[in-house]
Amino acid sequence: MIAFREKAKVMDAEALRRTVVRIAHEILEHRKGTGQLALVGIRTRGAILAQRLAKAIETIDGRAVPVGILDITLYRDDLSRVAPNPVVHATEIPFDVDDLHLVLVDDVLFTGRTIRAALNALSDLGRPKTIQLAVLVDRGHRELPIRADYVGKNIPTHLREHIEVRFNELDEAEEVVIEEPAANGGAA
Amino acid sequence: MMPTATAKPSTQTAPWTKKDLLGLRELSAGEIRLLLQTAESFREISLRPIKKVPTLRGKTVVNLFFEPSTRTRTSFELAAKRLSADIVNIATQSSSLSKGETILDTVKNLEALKVDVLVIRHAAAGVPHLIARHATSSVINAGDGSHEHPTQALLDLFTIQERKGRLEGLNVSIIGDIAHSRVARSDIWGLTKLGARVTVCGPPTLMPPQIEQLGAPGAGGAGVRVTHNVDAAIRDADVLMLLRIQHERQESMLVPSLREYRLRYGIDRDRLKGAKPGLLIMHPGPVNRGVELDSAVADGPFSVILDQVTNGLAVRMAVLYLVSGAPKGDEDEG
Repeated sequence: MIAFREKAKVMDAEALRRTVVRIAHEILEHRKGTGQLALVGIRTRGAILAQRLAKAIETIDGRAVPVGILDITLYRDDLSRVAPNPVVHATEIPFDVDDLHLVLVDDVLFTGRTIRAALNALSDLGRPKTIQLAVLVDRGHRELPIRADYVGKNIPTHLREHIEVRFNELDEAEEVVIEEPAANGGAA
Repeated sequence: MMPTATAKPSTQTAPWTKKDLLGLRELSAGEIRLLLQTAESFREISLRPIKKVPTLRGKTVVNLFFEPSTRTRTSFELAAKRLSADIVNIATQSSSLSKGETILDTVKNLEALKVDVLVIRHAAAGVPHLIARHATSSVINAGDGSHEHPTQALLDLFTIQERKGRLEGLNVSIIGDIAHSRVARSDIWGLTKLGARVTVCGPPTLMPPQIEQLGAPGAGGAGVRVTHNVDAAIRDADVLMLLRIQHERQESMLVPSLREYRLRYGIDRDRLKGAKPGLLIMHPGPVNRGVELDSAVADGPFSVILDQVTNGLAVRMAVLYLVSGAPKGDEDEG
């Protein structure tokens, strides 16, 4: 395993909070309210982000938005290339997705393969009217023709770098940082 | 006795690295918990309008059954199909085995067709283990003689955990033909490894010698408690698992008559009067109504027999998923 070290902190707790509120406003503006709107977060941090967005939307608009959790493990395109198979968690979408306007939520948009898997998973659950994508960070390096409709922050990165999103619920921190390999950090 | 103030976490899972699932004896408590946790995640798929995920697309599963089976074979078949694998059913009656081909030749031929998972049932103990040693594909034991039936035990564990919220510290009584039951043996391994206390009960003729030494050492020290008194087996039980009494046992004179078995060991409503509230009634099927289990109990509020069938599908999906992801090829035997 290569060790990683922090290169830069790109968002702190306050920036995270403001970004979530801004995206909530953008969704409401675009959808003109909460009618037929539902959020689906991709496990694990996308699900947390979706919960936060739903809370922000409710604060702004006064109406609750249904939130579901999607586990995309079973739809990954690299299952035969990683061993052992990753742990599968349950998909929990407690509403019928047919004819809803869904906003898919994830923390980091990178190659686009997770979103491809999520779109396939959603289409197995029904036929939403529309699906949009909201991400906290877009770090570039897409390998598929996928783009986000709502972006918290665009962060150009090197392929070797990591984007670490940390949420209090899981990580006892509230921040987004860029990490780089520690071994030859100066030689890049 | 020590006070039960143990703070050790009972939710710890271990990563899955095994090519095969041959029995619960070979598995650690952590591996069993991972299987149960994975099954939990798979259950939702069968509740969808489109009951299918693409996970095992392009994999080929072979049901190689040397013994007749309907429910286990169908359950594996649906599990494979819901994961988008292709599945081939081979029953010995219609195969080259009836022409004298050896089992290993059959397996070699199937492997030449590039299959990925072999699900094997055989009347002789150890056949799946033999095949697993010679095959590069994954082998799942779907029942070998009176030895093990791991997926049945896993679905039993899953069903108990679902209903009771835990396995640790529960009293589980297995009643019936213990001697000829692979389900009982796998259940004993699985239950004792996850901290349940197991009592086996049945006529002395159907009780294998030294069964009390089977299983992982429990909180009380011993593996399994043995009784021939069915009321004693019911008294403290949180779960009753009934086993099928096969008609052949009567012909081989191990049981005087099915009627006498019913009088001594059959479970009816009267017999359950002294039972704990919330008792679960389980049976691996097919049920001999009116022999080991009365219809009023089999269809009654305590019965989770059909839950077992539903959960079996999720468990088998989990097993197929995990063995398919394990590293293949030249491994050392554990």
